[in-house]
Amino acid sequence: MAARPASDGRLGRMVLLGVTMVFLALFLLLPLVAVFVEALRGGVGVYLESITEPDAIAAIKLTLLVAAIAVPVNVAFGLAAAWAVAKFDFPGKSILVTFIDLPFSVSPVVSGLIYVLLFGAQGWFGDWLVANDIEIIFAVPGIVLATIFVTFPFVARELIPLMTEQGRGDEEAAVSLGASGWQAFWHVTLPNIRWGLLYGVLLCNARAMGEFGAVSVVSGHIRGKTNTMPLHVEILYNEYNFAAAFAVASLLALLALLTLVLKSALEWRYGYHGKGGGH
Amino acid sequence: MSIAVDNVVKRFGNFAALNGVSLEAKPGEFLALLGPSGSGKTTLLRIMAGLEFPDAGTVLFEGQDVTGLGVRDRRIGFVFQHYALFPHMNVADNVAFGLTVKRRRERPKRAEIQRRSQELLELVQLGHLGKRYPAQLSGGQRQRVALARALAVDPKLLLLDEPFGALDAKVRKELRRWLRDLHDRMGLTSVFVTHDQEEALELADRVVVMDQGLIVQVARPQIIYDEPATAFVFDFVGDSNRIPVTVEGGRVMFGGEAVDVAVEPCPDGPALLYFRPHDATLVEEGAAGALPMQICQAVHLGGMTRIEGKIPGVDPLIDVRTGGREAPPAGRAAGLRLERARLFPAPAGG
Repeated sequence: MAARPASDGRLGRMVLLGVTMVFLALFLLLPLVAVFVEALRGGVGVYLESITEPDAIAAIKLTLLVAAIAVPVNVAFGLAAAWAVAKFDFPGKSILVTFIDLPFSVSPVVSGLIYVLLFGAQGWFGDWLVANDIEIIFAVPGIVLATIFVTFPFVARELIPLMTEQGRGDEEAAVSLGASGWQAFWHVTLPNIRWGLLYGVLLCNARAMGEFGAVSVVSGHIRGKTNTMPLHVEILYNEYNFAAAFAVASLLALLALLTLVLKSALEWRYGYHGKGGGH
Repeated sequence: MSIAVDNVVKRFGNFAALNGVSLEAKPGEFLALLGPSGSGKTTLLRIMAGLEFPDAGTVLFEGQDVTGLGVRDRRIGFVFQHYALFPHMNVADNVAFGLTVKRRRERPKRAEIQRRSQELLELVQLGHLGKRYPAQLSGGQRQRVALARALAVDPKLLLLDEPFGALDAKVRKELRRWLRDLHDRMGLTSVFVTHDQEEALELADRVVVMDQGLIVQVARPQIIYDEPATAFVFDFVGDSNRIPVTVEGGRVMFGGEAVDVAVEPCPDGPALLYFRPHDATLVEEGAAGALPMQICQAVHLGGMTRIEGKIPGVDPLIDVRTGGREAPPAGRAAGLRLERARLFPAPAGG
C-alpha cells in the first residue's frame, strides 16, 4: 500500500478517538459517576447507614460467602479442565471445550432455571430433597450452585490457551528429573501459569459477586437470608429507596474498579513476563 | 549401561509410528537415530525414556525389563528438543532441580546441592551464569544448561531429542564435538535423534537409519555412507545421483548400451543405479562402458570441480565432483565413467 498523506491519517485518528471518547463517557463513565453521586446524595451519614444496616450487612456477607465458595471450586475445576484439555488427547475433547463455554452462551436466567428444574420442589430431585429435608432452591446452596455454574468458564478459559501453548515439555522434563506429579505441578506448572490463573480468579470473583440473573431465579429474595448484594440493590430500588440502593451499588462499582486496577497491573506484569520468556 | 528395545510397536490412532523395531546400544556407545520426519525416531527415543509406552514389545536396561516403568523411575537423562528449561527458575536452580525434588531421605543438603549445581555448570562451561534466567541465555547456552540439568541426577543413559536442531550452524558444530567429548569423559551411553545426516555421521559410533516406522540399517557411519543397505539410505545419507537402468543377464544396461560398473548382483529387470558425486569421472564422448552426458555447467570450487550434467532421459541433472583443475566448457558432450555405484531393484509400480 502506498503511503497516504499524514493529514488524512491524523483526521481519521481524531475522528476515531473522538467517537470512542464520547461513547466511553456516555455509556461507561457517566453511569459510574452517577452511581457515586446518587449514593452520596443524602450525605455520608445516610450512605454509611445504608451499607451498615442489618439487611445490607447480611447481603454483603452472603455475597462474600458465595464468592469464597464459588471461586476456589472454579479454580480447582478450571485447573483440572484446562490441564485435561491442554496436556492430554482424548476423544470428545472439542465437545468438552464447547461445554466449558456453555455458561457464557446461555442466558443467566436460563442457568438459574436449570437449577430450579433440577432441585425445585417440582423438579427432578425435588421429592428426594424434600424427603431428606435438604434445601437448595431459595436457599444458600442454590445461590452457590448457580454462581459456580455462571462463573465456571473464567478460570478454565484463561488457562486453556496458556497451557496449550506451553505444552507438556516442562512437565515431562520435571518428571524425567525425578519429580512426582505433585512436585511437577507445584514447582513447574503453577509458576508457569500463575499470572494467567490470578487473572482468571479475579474475573471469576468479580462475576461471582456481581451475578444477578441466575442468582435472582434461585434465591427467593428472602431479606437478610438469601439476598446477595445485587439482589439487595434491586429490592431497595424497587422500594424507591434510591440512596440506599445506590450506596450498596457503589460498593459493587468499587469492586469493579478494584478488579480493573488489579487486572491492569497483572496485564502489565503478565505482558512483561511473557516478553521475557519469549526472548 | 546397555539399552535394548525388542520388537517395539507403537500406534497413534491409525498412524503406525513404529512397526516392530529392535535395537541395542552397548555400554559406552553413542547411537544416532537418523531419519526424515515421521520416520518414528523421536517416538523410539521417547519409548526408551519412558515418556511413551509401546503397544507391544519390550524395553530392557542392562537386560532388565523396564517396559512398564515411567520416565521418573528409569533414571535416565533426557534433553528435550527445545530444552524445556523452567523459565521462572534461574540457571543454577534449573540444574539443581533433579536434586531438590529427591525424597527427603536421599536429598543432599542445601549446600551440597549448590556445590553440585555449580560443578555441573562449570562442566558445561557456564559457571558464571548461575544467576541468569533461561530467557537471558543464547540458544547454545540453554542447550548446555539443559544438558547439565539432565546430568545432575547422575544418569548412566543420556537421551537427546534433536539436541542441535534449534541452533545455528556454527554453534551446532562446536557443540557437537563438545558433546562427544563429554560423552566419552563421563562414560555415558547416549542415544540422540537427528534428521541431519552430517551430524549423525560425524558424532555417532553407529547410525540407525529409520524410515516409516522401521529400522532400515544399523551400521558405523562409514558403512552407512559407502554401503547403504537400501535405495532410501543411499538417497537420505549424503549426496547422490540416481539413474534408472535395466539389468539383463547380470549386466547393467542404459539406453541399450552396457554400463561398465562393478555392482552387487541384482535380478534381471528394471533397477536403479545410485552413485556419489565424487565416484564418477569424465571421459571421452562415446567411451565404451561410460554413460553419455552433456555438460550443463561446471564450476571450479577450491580443490575440486563441480559439474552438472544432463544424461538423456534422466531427471534431475547429474551432480559430479572431480579433482580436475580445468572446468570443461558447458554444452560439451562427454562420457561419464562410474567408479563405484550401487544397484537396487526398482520399486514395484515406481
